[in-house]
Amino acid sequence: MTTTWTRIRPVLLGALGVGLVVAVWDLYKAFGPEEGVRLGERTLILPRTTDLAMPHSWEMVQRFGEPVTSLAGSPTAFEAVWDAGLFSLGLATRGWVIGVVIGLLLALVMCRFRIAESAILPWVVLSQTVPLIAIAPLVRRWGSQIDLFGHVWTSEDSVAVIAAYLAFFPVAVGALRGLKSPARTHLDLMHAYGVGWWRTLLVLRLPASVPFLLPALRLGAASAVVGAVVAEVSIGLKGGLGRMVIDYAQSASGDPAKPWAPIFGAVAIGLVAAGAVGLIGLALRPFRVTGAFR
Amino acid sequence: MSAIEVRGVDRVFTRGRNRVDALTAVDLEVRAGEFVSLIGPSGCGKSTLLRLVADLDAPTSGAISVFGKTTRQARLDQDYGIAFQQAGLLPWRTVTANVELPLKLHGMDKAARRARVAELLELVGLSDFAKSHPDQLSGGMQQRVAIARALAEQPRLLLMDEPFGALDEITRERMQNELVRLCAETGAAVLFVTHSIPEAVFLSDRVVVMSPRPGRITGIVDIRADGLVPAHDRAAGVREESGFFRAVAEVRAILHGGSGIPAPDGARGVDLR
Repeated sequence: MTTTWTRIRPVLLGALGVGLVVAVWDLYKAFGPEEGVRLGERTLILPRTTDLAMPHSWEMVQRFGEPVTSLAGSPTAFEAVWDAGLFSLGLATRGWVIGVVIGLLLALVMCRFRIAESAILPWVVLSQTVPLIAIAPLVRRWGSQIDLFGHVWTSEDSVAVIAAYLAFFPVAVGALRGLKSPARTHLDLMHAYGVGWWRTLLVLRLPASVPFLLPALRLGAASAVVGAVVAEVSIGLKGGLGRMVIDYAQSASGDPAKPWAPIFGAVAIGLVAAGAVGLIGLALRPFRVTGAFR
Repeated sequence: MSAIEVRGVDRVFTRGRNRVDALTAVDLEVRAGEFVSLIGPSGCGKSTLLRLVADLDAPTSGAISVFGKTTRQARLDQDYGIAFQQAGLLPWRTVTANVELPLKLHGMDKAARRARVAELLELVGLSDFAKSHPDQLSGGMQQRVAIARALAEQPRLLLMDEPFGALDEITRERMQNELVRLCAETGAAVLFVTHSIPEAVFLSDRVVVMSPRPGRITGIVDIRADGLVPAHDRAAGVREESGFFRAVAEVRAILHGGSGIPAPDGARGVDLR
């Protein structure tokens, strides 16, 4: 009885949270002033409640079932968002994998050589202060000059690389902290056993890093999704949610519910990405009992 | 052949401009099968000395040999088992997996490993907890697992750095009794760091008293000279004997008075330096 309750509880609370947001939205739309709430003359602090500014929540949902355009043979918005979502999720996944590999490698090098840590870590932190919009054209230009055994650099590759650029950061930082988390006693013990750095890594450091690594991987997944969507916009790549957000926003004046479709799509693939990483956590469960190092 | 031989060892730590003489002119011999405790206030270098013997650190000058070998060779040959104040169990491994870790790392095959681990857990009385994880055990039980792990490869020498330091007094006395029994069964020599005088006296054949700044040996008390049986033959009742109190007084006198004359009836068994 209690166990089913503890299992259902988070689901119920989650649904309740979403329901609350929807309720606030529609209640404000129903009872808020049409021209919004202003502070003084100019500052708008709550939005207008016209159908144009705030479509009803159910209209947004309904919109998914309607065709994208009035042209004959147009797919429904849901189908379009589904396809674009899969496309973006694919790019984000590629970016995530690249980012995780690079992040882990950087963390290993920084853990192995202290001088590498002082040399690399500032750059890792600095890398995240560069706006994506600025690096997107650079990545594309550099990429087009790369010739990888006849592989032609595509815009998809550029997007994946930019997604990786966002994803590697939490992984590098989290993994480094995790790899350095074993206590002195544990390291002394490995030394006393006469095992070298690699075996210490396998037996001690990697398992010890899991509790730090899992949140980092999840953060990396969310970053990769954001990176992929934003990069699609900056690169101008068609087919994904990023471009769709821009396209659909242009029909906002005539079809106010439409721009929300790709936004929900982006939320959905973010959740899928984070959830998939949760599965990794499930597989690594034995190593999560490391809360208190004794 | 002696288990440990320390000759004229100095250890100086320099951090920036600071220079700390952790150990100065230390000479010590631990014979095979002998139980020797290092005692002294914080900063007297007792743990440093143990780390030098374990080859976890290297002396600035002087020489240390373990069973006639260099400390490095002794470490690589697994001539000693080691236990620290923190049990240092890997939390994601079960009790069994923790105890078998050194065996596994050194390539013992699985069947032999299982048999040896079962034997060790029997020895420390934890057979029922073989499948538990460390966080399911009390502090004393964790420390017993750590000791079983230290004994795994049947070392002739045990190095123990305040292994009972984090335990409550009652658990501590029980662990001391068990350690005496374990030493009797294995016949291993022990170098034991502690800052408890009764603990040192109860467990040891000899107690080496150290003092800080610079870290050095100020006296050695031979407990057997106070009429106590050799360390490996002791029973809990030894704590009530008059010889025990006499030895405690001697150690205390050296600890507090440097080289003062300890017990009223003279400094029997005290090797003053």
